[in-house]
Amino acid sequence: MILDDNRDSAARRTFSATARLLSALKLDGPLLVGLALLAVYALVVQYSASGQSLETILRTLMRIGIGAFAMIALAHSSPNFLRSLAPWLYGAGIVLLLVVDAIGYVGKGAQRWLDLGLIRFQPSEIMKLAVPMLAASFMHERRLPPDWRNLMVLAAIVILPAALVAMQPDLGTAVLIFATGALVVLMAGLQWQVIAGLACAGAGAAFVGWRFLHDYQRQRIRIFLDPQSDPLGSGYHIIQSQIAIGSGGLFGKGWMNGSQAQLDFLPERSTDFIFAVIGEEFGLLGLIVLMVLYLFIVSRAVFLASQSSGTFARLLGLSLALTFFVYVFINAGMVSGLLPVVGVPLPLISYGGTSVVTLLAGFGILMGLYSHRKLVNS
Amino acid sequence: MRIKDQWNEQRIYSSRTFAALLVIGLLSLALLGKLAYLQIIRHDYYLELSQGNRVRQDPIPASRGLILDRRGRVLVDNEPAFQLELIPEQTPELPGTLQRLAALGLLDRDDIEPLKRIIRSRRGFDSVPVRLRLSDEEIGRFAVHRFEFQGVELRARQTRHYPFGELGVHALGYVAAVSEDDLDRIDKPGYAGTTLIGKLGVESAYEAQLHGLNGYQQILVNAQGRSVKFQGAYQPDLRAEAPVAGKDLVLALDLPTQQAAEEALGDRRGAVVALDPTNGDVLALVSHPGFDPSLFGRGLTRSEYSLLTGNEDKPLLNRALRGAYPSGSTIKPVMALAGLSYGIVDPERREFCNGAFHLPGSSHLYREGKGGKHGAVNLVDAVARSCDVYFYSLAAQLGVDRIAAFAAQFGIGALTGIDISGEKPGLLPTPQWKKQAFKRPQDQIWFPGETVNFGVGQGYLLVTPLQLAHMAATLAGRGQSFQPRVVMGERAAGGAIVRNAPVATRGATGISDENWALVLRGMIGATTYGTAAAISKDARYTIAGKTGTAQVYTVAQNARYNEKTVAERLRDHAWFIAFAPAEAPRIAICVLVENGGFGASAAAPIARRVLDAYLLAGPVAGAAAASPPAATRAPPP
Repeated sequence: MILDDNRDSAARRTFSATARLLSALKLDGPLLVGLALLAVYALVVQYSASGQSLETILRTLMRIGIGAFAMIALAHSSPNFLRSLAPWLYGAGIVLLLVVDAIGYVGKGAQRWLDLGLIRFQPSEIMKLAVPMLAASFMHERRLPPDWRNLMVLAAIVILPAALVAMQPDLGTAVLIFATGALVVLMAGLQWQVIAGLACAGAGAAFVGWRFLHDYQRQRIRIFLDPQSDPLGSGYHIIQSQIAIGSGGLFGKGWMNGSQAQLDFLPERSTDFIFAVIGEEFGLLGLIVLMVLYLFIVSRAVFLASQSSGTFARLLGLSLALTFFVYVFINAGMVSGLLPVVGVPLPLISYGGTSVVTLLAGFGILMGLYSHRKLVNS
Repeated sequence: MRIKDQWNEQRIYSSRTFAALLVIGLLSLALLGKLAYLQIIRHDYYLELSQGNRVRQDPIPASRGLILDRRGRVLVDNEPAFQLELIPEQTPELPGTLQRLAALGLLDRDDIEPLKRIIRSRRGFDSVPVRLRLSDEEIGRFAVHRFEFQGVELRARQTRHYPFGELGVHALGYVAAVSEDDLDRIDKPGYAGTTLIGKLGVESAYEAQLHGLNGYQQILVNAQGRSVKFQGAYQPDLRAEAPVAGKDLVLALDLPTQQAAEEALGDRRGAVVALDPTNGDVLALVSHPGFDPSLFGRGLTRSEYSLLTGNEDKPLLNRALRGAYPSGSTIKPVMALAGLSYGIVDPERREFCNGAFHLPGSSHLYREGKGGKHGAVNLVDAVARSCDVYFYSLAAQLGVDRIAAFAAQFGIGALTGIDISGEKPGLLPTPQWKKQAFKRPQDQIWFPGETVNFGVGQGYLLVTPLQLAHMAATLAGRGQSFQPRVVMGERAAGGAIVRNAPVATRGATGISDENWALVLRGMIGATTYGTAAAISKDARYTIAGKTGTAQVYTVAQNARYNEKTVAERLRDHAWFIAFAPAEAPRIAICVLVENGGFGASAAAPIARRVLDAYLLAGPVAGAAAASPPAATRAPPP
């Protein structure tokens, strides 16, 4: 018994030491575990999807490292500091977007990248954080729910960067930027009647706009909405990814055994379409495990946000947590054929880009908001 | 500073968070539903698609059947040759690639457009031959520039080999690259991997038997269509099916007889058809000038082709089946039989030939074709010495309807039903035909004079050499007739020849033995004391024959001939029909020499050489006489 007690206390000591370390770093244990498991999953899948490329693994580890650094740094930032940072970050982001438009590096047919010599980075990534920060900080000093005048200002904050990114054109990122901002407004309690009214107005505008479009523009939208109508062109991706997922079955074909992925039939297999590689090699069970991990991370993030104090912290936290799910759903929906194809990576699993850094930075902000809750309250 | 309503804000957060979690739950369920649909309900469907993605079927062409003569001597076989093939989906830039091949001299510029159309009609991974049968020098030229031609490969394939060159080309036919038109009528999957298709003669008519069934081998490929080793957990069941080689065809053609006919005709324009009167076997079928069938097999350029089609000697025309000429006097034995059968002539009665004939009440004189007078001639003499006056009179008494009905029994004016395509029916003129054929009423009337001309095979009557050979065979068989056949049967796996049963046709009936004997006497007379007496010299068998001379009235208006050739082209066509041995005929023959002049001197000696070749060859000696190159048949890869 004594021995047991000792061992018990030894374990407790280790546990409390870890808790103290996390607390000192202002990180959240459960969320960190969820993210770590996801990162391991990412490395396992990327190794297969990249055709056993160690270089891919090393680059991903490097990105995770940079992301972790950003996460720890931002976790230490107080809500007040973030609130004061918001307008500057937003302003800088807008300027960089305009610069990208002017002198940006042409990558993948669209101007998205800014070449800083050592690294290339996407200014649009900044806006994924800057937009909810500015929107939340705007509402921080105002009454919830937002009135009409405030709603107009919020709309401007959201739509300006979203439009700039959409024109690059990078529809996927624009959708995500719009989502982060819109989620702040929704969580701020925008009345359901107003939401319904805006939705109707949007549908009406789309209907009227459709009648003014040229035929070729309509055709583009039709293919965008129904890729199967163009099986060798834009529809090829989605057809091949459905074959990959469907052929995986319940248990999958096994790690590094997916013929769709390994024989190049699946395009963009280590980036935007990596979800299909998981479906092919690990089957429905592999995808369920992935979804459980994601839902755990989202719910933990929602919990952290709801426990933080202050309007800014809660709105920003909820927006970041929910945007993470939007990310997952858009990618999984597009790869499985539930949604039209827009270029959104599977968060933390897809290889490449700066989204890993942004996402981990976002979780850092979330953790920081949570860990600074008592300070604000007192 | 505004006082914030903490309680209200808390209520908003709670309700909105709850709503958000609800939406997340619903969306996750929707996603799960979609995934379960794809991975459980539709799993089999997608698994099959993914297998289909990675498995490609590579065709294994069947070895084309050989063509043998009646004693198993090889007339057509296969040999390996290098050809250029293009795989469309691996060729980055098709028009440029073809242009550069043309620049290298490996492709004719005129062939580029048709090639593009063929490539478009095939599947992207199907290899399309762009150039068949390269010479060693061309192989070298391509090898040097190979790196410029992604998607173009040099492949060894079986091609057709004609060891005897032009020999019998109009009977054997040739093979050429599968064309757009061919693609419309053949079973496309069955021809995947096949580059050559029969175009004429036996090669075309027996395409289905010769071609065989292509096999296939499934291989693993990646998205670019390249063969890969990758296996993965789901081992696909890679199937293969061995090709079934085409059938070896045994022709009725007798090689030494065919060679004799080709040599005897020499470089004169004309045709020789020899039939076995007891079963319709085509022992020889010659149409001159011919052409080299391997030209097509190696890929004829447009310019080479137009050289062939533009040739005024028309080498591509199968004169034996498609050349229609007036029969001249070769029709006379049939006329004599008609006269006897209808009881119009008394065979013993002598008519006096003074060199010309006129219809009662008409002053128009129908003269002897070659001038001269025969004096008093009976029926046998009239056939033997080809007395026109006798037959003018006979025809006038018979009348056109009875002549036409009788001639039809010998196959005049109808297709013989030979087993290779392209045959023309010629023309058996009747008053009914004339009514339909002419527009102006005054042209539609049948004149008695036209009946008179009919009696000596002139006027509207048109026959092909094949028809006259068929007629000669029917005369030899005493009315018994068969469909001519170039292909006699197949060579079975063990080497035994499986013969098809001969196909008898209606033939000529109701003719008495005495009448047959009389006409036979006339035809033997022709080769002993009559028009073609010279050809029986030293013959070890009896020949029954009949000469003919068909008048040439016009030279085609658009033809560009110089004066010397005009004179030559206006000369009469020379005919000779015969069968031998007269007592028990084994061969019936028809020889046509275009613009050959007199049948007896131009055509009859050719017939004699063919008859000798067939009748004097021992049953085995013939096999040893011709020694074709060894048959090659490569085993399927």
